[in-house]
Amino acid sequence: MVTSILPLRASDLKVRKSRRLLLDGVSLSLSGTGTTIVLGPNGAGKSTLLKTLHGMERLAGGDIQWALPDKQARDRQAFVFQTPILMRRTVLENVAYPLRLNGTSRKDAFRIATDWLNRVHLGKALNQRATDLSGGERQKMALVRALIRDPEVLFLDEPCANLDGRATREIEDLLQEVHAAGTRLIMATHDLGQARRLAHDVIFMHKGALLEQTPATTFFENPMTAQAQAFLNGDIVE
Amino acid sequence: MSDIFEGLRAAFWLIFTLDADLIEISLRSLYVTTSAVLIASFIGLPLGCWLALRRFRYRRTVIAILNALMGLPPVVVGLIVYLLLSRSGPFGVFGLLFTPTAMIIAQVIILTPLIASIAHQAIRDLWAEYHDLLISLNTSRFQRMGTLLWDGRRALLTASLAGFGRGIGEVGAIMIVGGNIDHVTRVLTTAIALETGKGDFALALGLGFVLIFLAIVVNLAIHRVSGTEVRGRW
Repeated sequence: MVTSILPLRASDLKVRKSRRLLLDGVSLSLSGTGTTIVLGPNGAGKSTLLKTLHGMERLAGGDIQWALPDKQARDRQAFVFQTPILMRRTVLENVAYPLRLNGTSRKDAFRIATDWLNRVHLGKALNQRATDLSGGERQKMALVRALIRDPEVLFLDEPCANLDGRATREIEDLLQEVHAAGTRLIMATHDLGQARRLAHDVIFMHKGALLEQTPATTFFENPMTAQAQAFLNGDIVE
Repeated sequence: MSDIFEGLRAAFWLIFTLDADLIEISLRSLYVTTSAVLIASFIGLPLGCWLALRRFRYRRTVIAILNALMGLPPVVVGLIVYLLLSRSGPFGVFGLLFTPTAMIIAQVIILTPLIASIAHQAIRDLWAEYHDLLISLNTSRFQRMGTLLWDGRRALLTASLAGFGRGIGEVGAIMIVGGNIDHVTRVLTTAIALETGKGDFALALGLGFVLIFLAIVVNLAIHRVSGTEVRGRW
């Protein structure tokens, strides 16, 4: 009996918006382990790829297949956005929200959310408005909210883009913990240092196309395409 | 100028002596408008939310019509409800004409588009804010509506209060369908119209001040109960 939503197979994905092709024939497969980092310059299609795999973008072509039916697969994924989406609720209510959707009682949802928030040192902010949190705290709250349903696959769209070094470190530590606990991470970033620290394999995107999908060591030591090489060298990628 | 002072004096006197007629028509005003606002909110708030969430072919047209209906002339609504409820009309058998129920029906028709339209605008903004999160969490349409209505409750309260403001001051429709019958359908606005017609400007003004006072008290009470403006921009 299949119990995992992985592996994921995507073939010839096309996403179009306002006549512009944001994803142009992307094919990939993701196995059950590791952390995949999606790299590429601005406008390469990193965020679009993550959102498409997560089922948030309408396909203009191609096919996505999880090992389980779509509904079950969706319920076992979560997404962390670059800019945290804060509900007009307290921190505790924000984090408990996904559990309440699942029918978990308010008491149990709050207990689990409190445990998670204590774990990321937000225990003192339980009853604060989410909007009162700092940038790093907001992202930690969003991450915890994504993790509270214990997803098998976690998509992260540049979660540390606007954070300072310390907040980035905290997020990365939490991601390492989550990964060690068995969650499959797929994260877009343009921070090469972060990619080196976290990646087991790398997807390199450019102009809506997937140019490389290789193990991290191979990518960083011996990139196959000129664009990837230029990106790693810090040159402008044409 | 003396009429205004006379009006203020009359208002003070009516309130101070707990004038029985004043209390009766004030309570009837509150009963009619509060009932209408509750019913119109029950219809208008989910309707506004649904319009913000749903995409369908003539959505823009429907929203434009809804916005246009915010300016429905009360007299026309009163006339149509009168014709519907009159003995020869399709609902004449219920005998509702010249009753507070008829006044409530007319006000529901006037208030629903207003409440739905304001609710639509409020929920549309909130939906833009929450869209990605709610889609990502794989929420059902029902869950989305519930979340948006709950998290947008303060803006929606404003929609209902706008409805209350329009309803409590409305005279055209309720005059036609209620008939301004003493001890039956007379409310503050129709009483003001009557006293003005009789030339008793002081009493009319006094009633007017009571009406304004009532509207302010109800608004303050609702804001107080719901904690609006206490918890920041929520």
